[in-house]
Amino acid sequence: MNASSPAEISRQSLPNVLKDRYFATRIDTVVTLTFGAVSLWLLWSFFEWAVLHAYFDPANRDACVQSEGACWAVVTARWRIVLFGLYPFEEQWRSALACLAIVVTTVLSCLPWFWSALRLALLWVVGFAAFYILMRGGMLGLELVSERDWGGLALTLFIFAAVVLLGMPLSIVFALLRRSELPWISRTMGFLIDTIRSLPLLTIMFAFAVVLPFATPDWMNGQQLYRVIVGYAIFFACYQAEIIRGGIQSLPAGQEEAAKALGLRYWYRVGYIVLPQAFRNALPPTINQVVITFKETSLVTIIGFFDILASGRAASGTGEWSFATIEVYVFVALIFFVFVFSLSRYGAYLERRLRVGTR
Amino acid sequence: MSAILKNRRIRDKLVQMLFVGGLVLLVLLMVLTARSNLAAQGLTSGFGFLERTTGWRISFSLIDYSTSSTYARAILVGLLNSLFLGALSLPIATVIGIAVGVMRTSGNGMAELIGAIYVEIFRNVPLILQLFFWYAILLALPSPRNVEPILGSVALTGRGIYIPGLNVSGGSVLVAVMILLAGIAVALWAGKTRWARADRARVRFEKRILWAIVAALGVVTLWLGRIPDTPLLTLPEARGLNFDGGIRVSPELMACVIAISIYGGAYIAEIIRSGFNAVPKGMKEAGHALGLSGLQIFSRIRLPLAIRIVMPTLINQYVWLFKATTIGIAISFTDFFMVISTSINQSGQTLELIGILMGGFLIINYTLAWVLNRVNDAIALRGTQLRM
Repeated sequence: MNASSPAEISRQSLPNVLKDRYFATRIDTVVTLTFGAVSLWLLWSFFEWAVLHAYFDPANRDACVQSEGACWAVVTARWRIVLFGLYPFEEQWRSALACLAIVVTTVLSCLPWFWSALRLALLWVVGFAAFYILMRGGMLGLELVSERDWGGLALTLFIFAAVVLLGMPLSIVFALLRRSELPWISRTMGFLIDTIRSLPLLTIMFAFAVVLPFATPDWMNGQQLYRVIVGYAIFFACYQAEIIRGGIQSLPAGQEEAAKALGLRYWYRVGYIVLPQAFRNALPPTINQVVITFKETSLVTIIGFFDILASGRAASGTGEWSFATIEVYVFVALIFFVFVFSLSRYGAYLERRLRVGTR
Repeated sequence: MSAILKNRRIRDKLVQMLFVGGLVLLVLLMVLTARSNLAAQGLTSGFGFLERTTGWRISFSLIDYSTSSTYARAILVGLLNSLFLGALSLPIATVIGIAVGVMRTSGNGMAELIGAIYVEIFRNVPLILQLFFWYAILLALPSPRNVEPILGSVALTGRGIYIPGLNVSGGSVLVAVMILLAGIAVALWAGKTRWARADRARVRFEKRILWAIVAALGVVTLWLGRIPDTPLLTLPEARGLNFDGGIRVSPELMACVIAISIYGGAYIAEIIRSGFNAVPKGMKEAGHALGLSGLQIFSRIRLPLAIRIVMPTLINQYVWLFKATTIGIAISFTDFFMVISTSINQSGQTLELIGILMGGFLIINYTLAWVLNRVNDAIALRGTQLRM
């Protein structure tokens, strides 16, 4: 939008941009130089730490301890623990493939071609099933690996995918119930959603992992992992329900009234008129919510699961590499960054694209 | 026709009754199962256990606490710690957020770039990972005996940060904070009722009087609360293997404050930025036309308008950030959640404690949202200049 008129386009040459954006006034010059110097210094210190004085070969462990630089040797030595946790060594290719399945599914669902309820649902069911069969085995000649032995990136992705997969349909139900014309249903649902939203996710995970078994009969308890996923999915659904409700409310009332006037029944109105448009409106905040959900799966570490953060801590937890905690954190942070950054960039791109469509 | 209408009404009633009744039944069943399960373990339900002594330690406490204190006291300690953590990190996050938000909309390429890098790095990595990271860095600081305090007053050690402190009792600090909060409340109330109508000179005069009273009362309270036979100001001094005097900020608290402020700052920066972008360009141009300086345009026009535009979003963000303080448990900072979960382990009174936990968070979050919404109402612009 900067270059809207021809006159402005001609001014976009490099010296002009430099002058406009970096040295427009005396204060700008001072700010540019100070910030530039400080960030150069930071960048150089980081470069020195991360590259120049760093060690990459595990054989150099002793040199690492003395050195002022980073000790990436811990990553070269222990990356399998960080990525796969306690998954049996010979079977770790399955864990890697399973992670890939989830990543591919996520990438595919970013393509507009898949944006219909049927295709999306099919894609995710197939992707998730592939993940589950690869990870758990017990069929197709794959050795059985129980959920207890899952860990690292695979567990993080599993929790994330399961929560979104379970939470999405649930959130639609919640949103519709909250918008119900029957006052008691909408009020009760509103109260439930508001209550859950004002509780920290951690306390909900804790309640489902530790407290719930007291309150349900034994046959309902299942594994702790699945209880946490259900709790997280309900939490996710409460947030997502509000997003969908926002999307529904931004529709002109005439849309639903026209559908009513045409004599469409409730499910037709909701399924063909309201929800498709509501989802389109709610797409940017939905992606934002999915991004947050992915980041916050790391909270399961506190409940005692072996997700990528916990396995990262384990990799540097034992005596031999205990001095290199920070390097492992940086490595894990980098993995998270790649996932979250690309998702949120995609969200921003989508937001721009949708805006263009409505203008 | 009327029969159908009646039918439908009955059907609606029935559906609602089934829905609400089903939920109530579910909760009732769960509570009954839990009670019978707990009774089988020999636990009596009820809140009597709050009077029992805990027998365990709490590493950080703002009020007196020992192993012979009651559960009620332990929970109070945890609650105060949570509030304390929130009261420290939320304002710092706001300052960072406003600074970075201003940088990102300043028009200076370098400042915008650095702001963007900051936001992208810290918003895209989980908070708990950042917490572990800062905690590891704080623990890796040198041990106290190898540290020379900076300017004789601040020492960064692996056992905590030592800063100068006042030798006053905790109670008087609490009262002083209350006085300050009361002053702010009075100012907000008066701003909405009395000062909205009075003329400017009078408002300025009354504001000065109000803050003078608040300052005087605060100083007097602190002075009355000083601990006898000690100098008012205490500085950290090296003594043996450790520091004596001053205030020790534990690495746990410090890591929590740093992590939440920096993470929250990145989110708040984005909100502030969207606020600045939403201020109509004409406002700035009108300011220029009136001959205001850049600083005046910023501080009198753009910032106040931006804050007002984003206030509702900011309120949600604060509530969300306060909820995020529960991650302190990951590095065993004894906040509300940690005390509750330790109590559950130790006493087994699961249902009651979970009830207290949820009730506590509901009350805190609703209060926070309520107060901030009042602030929002108080500062909201009258008229229709900015309805977006």
